[in-house]
Amino acid sequence: MSNQSSPTITVNRRESVEWTPGMTVSDLVRHMNYTFPRLVVSINSSVVPYDAYATTEIPEDADVRVIHLMAGG
Amino acid sequence: MKQHSALVLAELSYTIPALGHGYAGQSLHVNVGSPEVSSRPVTEDMKDRFIGGRGFDLWLLWHAVSDTTRWDSQENEIVISSGPCGGTAQYPGSGKSIAATISPLTDIVVDSNAGGHFGPYLKFAGWDAIELQGIANHDVIVTIDAAAGAGGEGRVQILAAPTDCPVDTHLLGHWINDTFADSEQDRELMAFVTTGSGSMKTRMGCLNFSLYDRKRRDLRYKQAGRGGIGTVFRHKHIRAVVVRTPSFGADSNGPADPERIAQTGADMRREVTRWDPVQNRMRHRGTAYLVQIMDDYDLLPVMNFRYGAHPDTHLINGAVWEQAFTQNLPDGCWYGCTVACAHAVDNYRVQTGPYAGGCVIVDGPEYETVAGVGSNCGIFDPGAILEINFYCDTYGIDTISFGTSMAFAMECYEAGVLTKDHTGGIELTSGNAASALAVLHQMAQGTGFGLIFGQGIHRMKRYFVETFGADAAFLDDIGMEAKGLEYSEYVTKESLAQQGGYGLTNKGPQHDEAWLIFMDQVNNQLPTFRDKAEALHYFPMWRTWFGLSGFCKLPWNDVVDPKNALSSEPAKIPHHVENYVRVFNGVTGKEVTVDDLIRMSERVYNFQRVFNIRLGKGLREHDRVPYRSQGPVTPAEYTSRQERYDQQLREWLGLDPTALNIEEKLVAHRTHRTRQYELLTDAVYARRGWTADGVPTPETLASLGIDDPDVLAVVRQHL
Ligand code: SF4
Repeated sequence: MSNQSSPTITVNRRESVEWTPGMTVSDLVRHMNYTFPRLVVSINSSVVPYDAYATTEIPEDADVRVIHLMAGG
Repeated sequence: MKQHSALVLAELSYTIPALGHGYAGQSLHVNVGSPEVSSRPVTEDMKDRFIGGRGFDLWLLWHAVSDTTRWDSQENEIVISSGPCGGTAQYPGSGKSIAATISPLTDIVVDSNAGGHFGPYLKFAGWDAIELQGIANHDVIVTIDAAAGAGGEGRVQILAAPTDCPVDTHLLGHWINDTFADSEQDRELMAFVTTGSGSMKTRMGCLNFSLYDRKRRDLRYKQAGRGGIGTVFRHKHIRAVVVRTPSFGADSNGPADPERIAQTGADMRREVTRWDPVQNRMRHRGTAYLVQIMDDYDLLPVMNFRYGAHPDTHLINGAVWEQAFTQNLPDGCWYGCTVACAHAVDNYRVQTGPYAGGCVIVDGPEYETVAGVGSNCGIFDPGAILEINFYCDTYGIDTISFGTSMAFAMECYEAGVLTKDHTGGIELTSGNAASALAVLHQMAQGTGFGLIFGQGIHRMKRYFVETFGADAAFLDDIGMEAKGLEYSEYVTKESLAQQGGYGLTNKGPQHDEAWLIFMDQVNNQLPTFRDKAEALHYFPMWRTWFGLSGFCKLPWNDVVDPKNALSSEPAKIPHHVENYVRVFNGVTGKEVTVDDLIRMSERVYNFQRVFNIRLGKGLREHDRVPYRSQGPVTPAEYTSRQERYDQQLREWLGLDPTALNIEEKLVAHRTHRTRQYELLTDAVYARRGWTADGVPTPETLASLGIDDPDVLAVVRQHL
C-alpha cells in the first residue's frame, strides 16, 4: 500500500499510507479497516471531534494518530 | 428463610451489625471439616492496608495456610469478599465478589471475580468476607440467614446435604430455592455459590454465583471461572453456600457521603445510556461485541491460537448473539448497573447429554466463551457454543480453561500426538463440536479421555510425553498455559507488551491484569521497553483496584464519552478514574487521590507476588510463556502471514527473506522474539521494584508498608 513516489501520510508513527486529495478521516478509518467503535483521531496533534470524521480532510504528509481505546474483558 | 430438617453439624448465632462506611467489621470463618463456625474481627489495619475483596482474601488466606499447603490440604481456604464499595447500587458495576484459593491448576494463589448477588448480600448479612476451610466427610450446605431472628439476629449453619440435593447447578439452584425460600421475597433476597459434577473430577472447576432475576422470575448465574476454585469447593464437599440478606436499600452499605455517590452515579448512568448504543452496544450484545472486532484486527484465537481471524467469524459475532439474546430486559448482574451486559438466551432446548430435551436459560455467552469454545476450537456454530456454555456452567467447568485445553487437544490430534486409541475413539478434529461435547460429558462423569483432559494443559503435556511418547518441545510450544493456567482468548504474537500482560502476572495468563494489545500493536503508543514497562506497571495496578473495592472493570473502559479524547491520557479514561475516587471516598469517608488508589493495588499486588514465592513459584522462571504466544511455531502459521513475517525479518533483523528457507525464518523469528521477551521482563521487574529474578525487594515492600517480618522472611531467601 505504501509507495515511494506517491504522496503519503503517516499513521500511528509507523505506517505509511498513500494519500489522495480530499481524503477524510472516515476514508482513512475505512481503508485501515479500523472497525473498533471508540477511536481517538488526531491530525498533526489536533484531535478531530467524533462527529467530524466524515467532513475533516487529511492534509498531505500529515501525522495521523488513530488511538483505539482499550477494551477487553 | 425456611428451616430445613437436615442435620445441623454446627451453628453460630450472631447480631447483624449496621454497616459503617462500606464495612461490616467482621469476617465469617467456616470450617466444614471440624465442623465449626466463628466470627473474626476485621481490623483497622486490614482495612487500611488490604482494603477488601481480593486484598482481604489474600490476607486471610496468608494467615490460614503454611508454606507447604496445597490445593487439597485441609487448611487451604476459599475466601470470598466483595469490598467496601460492593453493594453500592448507585454506581454501575458495584456488586462483584472476588474469590481466592490455592489453585489445583497452578499450585499458587488464584483469584477470580464474579457478578451476581452473593458478595453484597453477604456483607448486608453482616460479613465482609467468608473463609471456607477444612474438608467435610460428607457433602454439606452452609447457610447464612440474616432474617433468622426478629431483632436483628442472624444464624449460620453447616447442614448435612440431604440425599435429594442435586449437584449440577441448574438443578441445585432450583432445589435451593424450593428448599430454603418461603416466598418470592425470600427468593429475591437469597443468593448462593455452587459448582457442579464436572468440578469434582477435573482441576478446572468454576464457582457459579447466583442472582434471582426478578423480571424472569428465575435464577441466573455468573462465574468465577479461573484457576479451579470450584474444584477446591467440591473437594471440601461443599454443595452450596447460601446467604439470605435482610431487606436492603440505597444506604445499606453505610456510605459516608451518599449525596456524592448519587451525583457521580447519575452522571455515569447518563454517559452509559448516551454512548453505549453507538459504541460497543454492551446493553444489547454483552462482551460478545468483541468477537468481530478481534477478528478484524487479527487477534481472535483460531485453532489453538494458530491464527487471528477466520472467514466464518460472522457466524458467531455480536450481531448473531444480539439476535439470540432476549432483549429489553435489565440484564445487570447487580442492581443499578446500566451497562447491563449480562445477557441470556431463554428457552434453550438442550441437545445432548443427561439433560437433553430440557428447556433452560443459558447465561451469556460472553466474549471469552465464544472465542474459547468457538473460534479457538474451530467451532463456528452458535448452537454448539450455547450447548457447551450451558454444560460448562451447570457442570461447574471454566469455559476458558475448557476452550483453550480443547483447542490444544485438537491440535495434538491433528498433529498425530493423539489418536483415536488415546481418546477412546473420539475424533478430536478441529471444529468437531460433537467430540468436544463428548469429552465435556466424560469430564462430568470422570471417565475416559475426559479424565485426562480435565487435568488441564500443563498436566496433559506431561502425560502425553510420558505415556504416548510425544515430543515435549512441541507440546511446550503449542500448549497455551503459563504457571499451569490456560490462556484467556487473545492472540498476542504481535504485541510484546501483551505477552508480558499474560506472562508477567500473579495468577497466570488472564487478561484482567493488563490488556495492552491496542495500545501496543495497533496504536504504537508503547514503542520502547520503558513505555511497555510503565504500562505493565500502571495497568495491572489500576485493574487490581477493582477487585479490592468491589467494582466491575467493564464500566471503566467499555463505554466512554468521546470528550475523553481531549484528556491528557485518554487510555486511562481520567474522568472515570475520578468517578471511582469520588465513590470510594463517598463510601469510606476517606479522602484519597488517584495515586492512593494505585498504591493500594501495588501493595496487594506485591503481597500476592510474595505469596506465590512462599508457595514455591513467583520467580522469573515461572513467568515464561509458550512460544505460540510469542510467534509462529509451524510453517503453516508462518505461511498464513508470510508478508508480515518476511517484512519483520527485513525491518527488525536486516535479513533478506528470499535467501532463507522457512525453517531458517522460523528460527530467526524465535531467536529475536524470545530475546525481546527477556528484555521486557528485565524492564518490567525494574519498574516494579523487583530483583532480576522477579522478587520484590525489601525496599519495595517497606515503601508499600508490607515489610512485616513474615513477608520479609520469604523474600530474603531469594536475595
Ligand atoms: S458491566 Fe456487566 S458484568 Fe459488569 S457489573 Fe454491569 S452487568 Fe455485571
